[in-house]
Amino acid sequence: MSQATLSELALQIASGEVRIVDLTHTLDPDFPVIILPPEFGQCARFRMEEISAYDHRGPAWKWHNISMSEHTGTHFDAPSHWISGRDVPNNSVDEIPPQAFVGPVAVIDCSAQAALDEDFELTPEVIEAWEHQHGRIAADSWVLMRTDWSKKSGADYLNMKSDGAHSPGPTPDAIRLLVDQRNIRGFGTETVGTDAGQGAHYTPPYPAHFYLHGAGRYGLQCLANLDQLPATGAILMAPPLKIKDGTGSPLRVLAMVPAAQHEGAQQ
Amino acid sequence: MTTPLIPPPRKDPQKRTVSPTRPPQMRSRAALGLSAAAAHGRFALQRCAECGAVQYPPRDACSSCLSLELPWQDVSPLGEILAETTVRTSTKLYFRERAPWRTGSVQLDAGPVLLCHLHGDCEPRSRVKLLNRLDRAGQGVLLAVPLERTPTMEDDPQLRALTSDPKHRRVLITDARNPNAPALATSLLAAGAAMVFVGEAESWRPYPEKPLLQAIDGVELLPMDVTDTASVQKLAGELGGKTDILINNARFIRPGGVLSRGDTGFARDEMEVNYLGLMRLAQAFGPAMCSRVSDGINSAVAWVNILSVHALSNAPDYGCFSASNAAAHSLSQCLRAEFRSSGLRVMNVYCGPTEDDWYQPLPPPKVLPESLSRSVVQGLQQGLEEVYCGDVAKDVYTRFEQSPNILERETTQGVEGA
Repeated sequence: MSQATLSELALQIASGEVRIVDLTHTLDPDFPVIILPPEFGQCARFRMEEISAYDHRGPAWKWHNISMSEHTGTHFDAPSHWISGRDVPNNSVDEIPPQAFVGPVAVIDCSAQAALDEDFELTPEVIEAWEHQHGRIAADSWVLMRTDWSKKSGADYLNMKSDGAHSPGPTPDAIRLLVDQRNIRGFGTETVGTDAGQGAHYTPPYPAHFYLHGAGRYGLQCLANLDQLPATGAILMAPPLKIKDGTGSPLRVLAMVPAAQHEGAQQ
Repeated sequence: MTTPLIPPPRKDPQKRTVSPTRPPQMRSRAALGLSAAAAHGRFALQRCAECGAVQYPPRDACSSCLSLELPWQDVSPLGEILAETTVRTSTKLYFRERAPWRTGSVQLDAGPVLLCHLHGDCEPRSRVKLLNRLDRAGQGVLLAVPLERTPTMEDDPQLRALTSDPKHRRVLITDARNPNAPALATSLLAAGAAMVFVGEAESWRPYPEKPLLQAIDGVELLPMDVTDTASVQKLAGELGGKTDILINNARFIRPGGVLSRGDTGFARDEMEVNYLGLMRLAQAFGPAMCSRVSDGINSAVAWVNILSVHALSNAPDYGCFSASNAAAHSLSQCLRAEFRSSGLRVMNVYCGPTEDDWYQPLPPPKVLPESLSRSVVQGLQQGLEEVYCGDVAKDVYTRFEQSPNILERETTQGVEGA
């Protein structure tokens, strides 16, 4: 790639020919996190405490201490997050090569199906139908499952019932197809996890976590604004914080989208 | 007959809120025994260990035999009015604002003649019962009431000044997700509370108490999470000026001691909710409540903490939870000191194991939500500072009072070794 290509990209971003789309939810104390049986350790909610606010605690400055889990809000899952990935090389956020954080992205639109079925499953058939229309998923791509779930708020987002959460996600076969045959870099969702709300009832339980991380691939969840992405052709930027031995990290996820495609996706 | 209180009209926004004033504060060390007994709702006087004389007022030596052995003992609270008068003015601002004020002398069956406040329904020269109650300075004072209950006697202004009665007052219960929230709300409304606000954390996940609370007329659910400073400040901004009684029932509990857990995760949650949650609530709601202690019939009156009795002495099976409650208990003493100048009362209600998920493996007796709410309401009606709810809490407190060291050894000695 020539110097000119990068310069041209910079100019296109400046001019708006390439749009930067923010795929991130605001870190908010009241944003849902994954809920586990209460005897297990729990994911810490986002919290913010004032250190000072131009007052006796610090007259000319305002700042906060923040706390949260590695897996709070829009966040990245590293392979070491799951037991299947615990012996994978470079499996923590500080060890992942940085080029993995920027790359091509395919967006599979399941929003129509998810609107009708809260337990909608992404199956190999759905993926193959998408490929029939948009071409084979390129190796080392991010694959994002668009469900428009990010537009839900409050109790509807987690959709927790007495038998657990209900939200769309991939089947074990779909994840195996993406990991083993398409060799994807990672998989992302708009829901609270990469797995379906009822993902504990598949074999293996939580197949997206199990297969992705076992193969050294990554996860992204609690994404937003996927409706602003084209099916293909965008560049995803998802660098987690460089936490020593971190199993994941809240992060700002951005996408570069050609303006014409961005408008098309919006329509 | 006592004139029944009518629900207060809405506040006149052009009127300045009356600043709290207090009755006399200072007591001798000997006299504090009366206040300590009043905090528990007990009628106790000094009884000489050598000659057996019961004396009042409290002194450093026996007025009969000069002995210095003067333990406080519960004595019969019955007696007969000798004389009475009505104070119509006073150099003390507190009484000046509340005149006329009825006082009298009572010949106690146990011996001494007392000067005391007189309930409006006491007939001259009649038999009466003495109550030892905390005044707004937090000191024990004596009020004579008729032997038989009279209609709406709790509305007597001199009695109401000594209690934290929920009648006509607005209550905030801090945690809707605690299984005790519906029973607390129901009992407070039954006791005449004008409104019960209930803080709801994490409305994005369901909980079984929600429909029960929503079904109670007079209950309003409002967002608040005691671990989220901004949410506490936000609700205090909206409701701080009309919270007359705050009941902090927020609790995080998991079983386990230090080694059985192996990490600080749940301990941190326990401190965030049980200790820092109390601090956040106090910092957000305390100032407004303190400023409204003289604000008419629905003045701010009490701050209620629901604590484990193992705040006093650790229960190792729930050792880390006990430690967080010990921290909250210590903080409640600090709050008492900081609220003292306003007259806002801190009432601690101590429970043994409660009838809920986290004490499920323990055998009875356990505290039911209904028993807890009864203790809370009765404590408020009597203006107490210390309430022990249920047999376990009463037993632990009795043993704690006798010897904290023996109690600690009893609870930590474990089982017989090989």
